[in-house]
Amino acid sequence: MFLYFLTLVLMVMGLYCLIAKKNIVKKIIGIVIMEYSINLFLILIGYKKDGIAPILLKNVSVEELTSRGVDPLPQALVLTSIVIGLGTLALMVAICLRIYEKYKTFDMSKINKLKG
Amino acid sequence: MQGYYPLFTAIPLAAAFFNLLVCKLNQKIADYIAFIVTAVLAVMAVKMVFLAPFVYKVGNWDPPFGILLVSDGLSSLMLVVINVISFLAVIFSFKYMTTYTAKPKYYSLFMLMIAGMNGVVITGDMFNLYVFLEIASIASYALVGFGTGKRELEASFKYLILGGVASTAVLFGIAFLYSMSGTLNMPDLAAQLEVTTSPRALAFVIALFIMGFGLKASAVPFHAWLPDAHPSAPAPISAMLSGVLIKALGMYTIMRIMFNVIGRNTLVSTLIMFLGALSMVVAGLLALGQTDFKRMLAYSSISQMGYVLIGLGLAFNPEVDVLIASLALIGALFHLVNHAVFKSLLFLCSGAIEYRTGTRQLDKLGGLIKKMPLTGLTCSIGSFSIAGVPPFNGFWSKLIIILALLRAGYWIYGSIAVVVGFITLLYFIKLQRKAIFGAVPPALAKVREAPFAMVLPLVILAALCLVMGLAYQVVEDHLLVAAKDILLDKTAFMNLLTGG
Amino acid sequence: MDNLENEIRDTNKGMTSIVKTIVRYVMGIIVIFGAYIVLYGHLTPGGGFAGGVILASAYVILTLAFGRELALGKMSNTAASVLDNLGALAFIVIGILGFTAGAFFLNFLAKGEQFRLFSAGIIPLCNIAIGIKVTASLFAIFIALSIFGRFIYQMTDVEESGGEE
Repeated sequence: MFLYFLTLVLMVMGLYCLIAKKNIVKKIIGIVIMEYSINLFLILIGYKKDGIAPILLKNVSVEELTSRGVDPLPQALVLTSIVIGLGTLALMVAICLRIYEKYKTFDMSKINKLKG
Repeated sequence: MQGYYPLFTAIPLAAAFFNLLVCKLNQKIADYIAFIVTAVLAVMAVKMVFLAPFVYKVGNWDPPFGILLVSDGLSSLMLVVINVISFLAVIFSFKYMTTYTAKPKYYSLFMLMIAGMNGVVITGDMFNLYVFLEIASIASYALVGFGTGKRELEASFKYLILGGVASTAVLFGIAFLYSMSGTLNMPDLAAQLEVTTSPRALAFVIALFIMGFGLKASAVPFHAWLPDAHPSAPAPISAMLSGVLIKALGMYTIMRIMFNVIGRNTLVSTLIMFLGALSMVVAGLLALGQTDFKRMLAYSSISQMGYVLIGLGLAFNPEVDVLIASLALIGALFHLVNHAVFKSLLFLCSGAIEYRTGTRQLDKLGGLIKKMPLTGLTCSIGSFSIAGVPPFNGFWSKLIIILALLRAGYWIYGSIAVVVGFITLLYFIKLQRKAIFGAVPPALAKVREAPFAMVLPLVILAALCLVMGLAYQVVEDHLLVAAKDILLDKTAFMNLLTGG
Repeated sequence: MDNLENEIRDTNKGMTSIVKTIVRYVMGIIVIFGAYIVLYGHLTPGGGFAGGVILASAYVILTLAFGRELALGKMSNTAASVLDNLGALAFIVIGILGFTAGAFFLNFLAKGEQFRLFSAGIIPLCNIAIGIKVTASLFAIFIALSIFGRFIYQMTDVEESGGEE
């Protein structure tokens, strides 16, 4: 249970970084921390004490796999969400670079062409 | 037809990548590919309306294990809205997008967005929904920043950050649901949650979903990104974002998950109704003060989404009589469809006006009904529809929602809805007076009517506004009732697995 | 613009000979390992994405050690984007080919014997398609970001020195 709370703490840290920091690179780091805290949470759901990898190998019987193997689904989900996170991250960094090109600053409080 | 259900995502996805390959040989082909693909999708979507509900097993894997696609009244309704509007937006793009560079990339992102939205609508699997949600969102982030000017990039970055938070919240909610029930399949999950032993965990999940999907639908406390992002995009994309994307990613997901998976609940109903009322009032008042054409439309989108939310919230209350709940839900769904039609019409009008005059500041516009008669006329029709003037479609949907609110005894919300209707009329009269009627400023003396490819979608959408207003009974019978039935009947949704 | 890019390339000839030598030895191993992860994705942990990331990291190491010119000689920006699209298209086509046997993404090929390389029907093919796509797109992202970042760096540098004069 304690571990689950730690992932929540990590998520809140990411959210804090996102809200409190003015530098847009730090904001991006904050969002990545949030995403990874959720990934950790997903992995923890599938965790089982003394579990084995959910892969059918020659020296592992099907019965042993079903009784001891960890849940493979969260691992697949985490892999997918990492891929999606990678795509978002690449886009964020690209936009961040373009913003720097136009505004010559990473400070969000100086990037304020839009109002209202 | 049933067997080809997954093609709704496969065709646009394949087209997106194929487009980028072919555009290296010939830039012109991108136009035709986009036109053909969206036309085919629109025809397929209209055909889907006449099919009975069914489920499709991807790869023939049996339900709790494999990915499930669900076709019922609600998803066919959303498919029609998405694909018809995107078809018209593509026609509009032919001429409009010549002002931008890299047209093939634009169409590829457009196709990815359609693929994502169609995927969200047809899927019956929670994680699959998240994946398609992200595909559509990432494509829309890139499209908002497509102009790569100062404003566009800033808007895109804001949208990206808030959208990222929303996606994180949604993923967290889905992870929580999985840890509670051990399944991701929506009908299966609905059955599991009926007998759940941890209502507090469920409440946390609901809070996460309202935050995540509320951000995507831009209900008021979460609305900060929309007035920046929607005006910054190219006009056809603004029409797609405001007309379709916030509905497919926000409203549809709220409806599907709250009604069909989690089940009706009084507390959540109060919350959704409050959010709806807040959106209506705050965004309506903010829209009054805008001087930018597209920005005013963006605020009005938030305000009109408030009507949909309040209708949904009322129907979500299990203590409300079934008849009133169906009335509220039909009103909400009808307003959702209507809003897709007239808001995309208005955004495309703003695009046509910007294309010819080069500005979207209301102070610099005027008298366009003389210079651009068709654009001006269709813009007026759109404004009357959204303001709820009788023969047009917006009138019926607002009337139904207000009637349902009053019959359920929510006098305060009902009167708020009426007052916001007047506010809407007020700011659209302001828009009409400044842009369409009045004297022509000297700078605009040489403005001509927009090209044919831009006027055609405007005329079609304006005609839809009128036809749906006059023949609303037909729309209700063929589109809305089936969607309402599946939403109000959770067991019918759960039985989709076993019954067919 | 062209001059500036040439200038950037000149300043980016790579690292010291120690790094170059080690990379020369390690390169082959990394590529083989990445290919193994992709091809055996249906039998062991890994698969298209993991293997693709390893393959892309081989290119990234190459770029870092020898400079961008050599890496782009191995796989140009255009080639990367073409491969990227081809990989994605191949994946969708495999899915659509499932219709020939009845359903989307149906495993229509013979499953073969367990624990063999040629088994599991379409899954290895999907892994290869994803591997190509991930390799190409990650490399393209890396190159695009590095070119763009350098370009901006150079641009602001020029402007700052210009301001002093």
